[in-house]
Parts: sequence; structure tokens; C-alpha cells
Amino acid sequence: MINGISINYYILLSTVLFIIGAIGVMARRNSIIIFMCVELMLNAVNLLLVSFSTLHNDATGQVFVFFIMAVAAAEVAVGLAILSMIYRNLKTIDTDVLSKLKH
Amino acid sequence: MLGFTITQWMFGILSFLAIMFALMVVFSRNPVNSVLYLVLTFFCVAGHYLLLNAQFLAVVHIVVYSGAIMVLFLFVIMLMDLNQEKEPQKTWLNKLIAGVAGGLLLFVFVGSLKGAEQLQLETYGASQIGLVKNLGKVLFSEFLFPFEIVSVLLLAALVGAIMIGKKEIR
Repeated sequence: MINGISINYYILLSTVLFIIGAIGVMARRNSIIIFMCVELMLNAVNLLLVSFSTLHNDATGQVFVFFIMAVAAAEVAVGLAILSMIYRNLKTIDTDVLSKLKH
Repeated sequence: MLGFTITQWMFGILSFLAIMFALMVVFSRNPVNSVLYLVLTFFCVAGHYLLLNAQFLAVVHIVVYSGAIMVLFLFVIMLMDLNQEKEPQKTWLNKLIAGVAGGLLLFVFVGSLKGAEQLQLETYGASQIGLVKNLGKVLFSEFLFPFEIVSVLLLAALVGAIMIGKKEIR
């Protein structure tokens, strides 16, 4: 072991990034910011997958990260299209206003 | 240098920056600032990929996230003309509840790590799995079918985004 960093630090870093994303989803009302926080959570998981892939010297984890990136790109494209359509119709993307499904 | 190797210094600095920028994404009032801080966070994560010897993944991450997805976010924010004055804010009680819930979740996750085995990442500089050649071999042999499915998914997302974004469908 020359340069080694314990895997636990990577787990901690990913956990903290994930929690920050989760807090953002819970604490913000702007739908776009919520989307960005979801991206942050996806990135935390990606980082964890890559670190475990390096730990086990196995490429499978990195291939999984590719697939997650593709799914994230698709999700963002469709999600932002939906948001822009909502904005065109209602002139707002405030999640407290967009709660018609409750009633 | 204080008993740390250069890799450990890099890890510490990149982690600190990533967490700081992630916090700024959540707490900055202006959505445009949030997007820019998110780009910086993604650059820090790409730096972590480089440290982990996943070079190709780092490049793809910068191209896809900082290049494509963030430009999409910026364009949508500019189209919607969001700024600091119009930014809706939750009440302080809601923010407090969100913070406490997140803190408890962090507590559970970190608590589950307690007493875990300290495995070291020893393969720095020696691992070759992050290179295009090896990743391509795995991607196009073991994961060929999921790869094809992802292409269908991307096509569906493309068509779906255009259909949803259209003003009226004839």
C-alpha cells in the first residue's frame, strides 16, 4: 500500500453528497433545482460504483456507470420537456402550486 | 507533507470542494448560480474518477454532464426567466424538517459503517480497467444486450421530449 485511500472515505463522501441531494429535494420548491439535486444523488451513486470497481479491479461497475449516465440523460431530457410545458401552461414551476393531484 | 501522500491530499481537497459546491447548489438563491455550482461539483467528481484510474469515465462524465445536461438546464432556466426575486422559498419549518430528516439519514448511513473493515484501494497507477480498450471489451461482450436496450431508451426519450415539448400535436 503506497497511495491507498480507504474505501470507507469514498463511502463517506458518496453518502454526504447523496444526503445533500436529498436535503435539496426536500427543502427547495423550484422544480429545476429539485431535478439538479436528483442529478447530484445519481452522481454520488456513480462515484461509489466506480470506487468499488477500482477496489475489486472489475470493470462491471464502470459499465454500470455508463448505463446510469445514459438513463440520467434520458430522464433530464424528458423531465425538462415536461417542466417547460408546465411552465408554458401555468407560468410557474413552484412545486407547492403544482399540487393539483392532491385535490 | 504532514504524513499524507499526494494522492491523499488530492482526495481531501477534491472531496472538500465537491461537498462545498454541492452545498452551494442547494443553498444558493439564484437558480443560475445553482447550475454553475453543479457544474463545478461535476468537475470535482470527474477529478475523483481520475484519482480512481477511471480515465475514460472521467472524460465521458465531463462531456455528458458538464457539457450536455448542464447546458440543457441553463437553457431551460433562461427560457423560463427565473431569477432571485421570483424564486419560491419554503417556510423555515419545512427547511428545518428537511435538514433534520437528512441529518438522521446521514446518521443511519454513517452508523452502519461503524466497525466496517478498512479495505484499501491499492491499485493506484496499476489498474488498467478504466481504459477504453478494456471497458469496450466488457461493454460489447458481456453487456451487449443492455447496450442495445439503452439505445432504444435514448431514442424513446428523444421522441418523447419532442412530443411533449411541441405546442400542439396535429
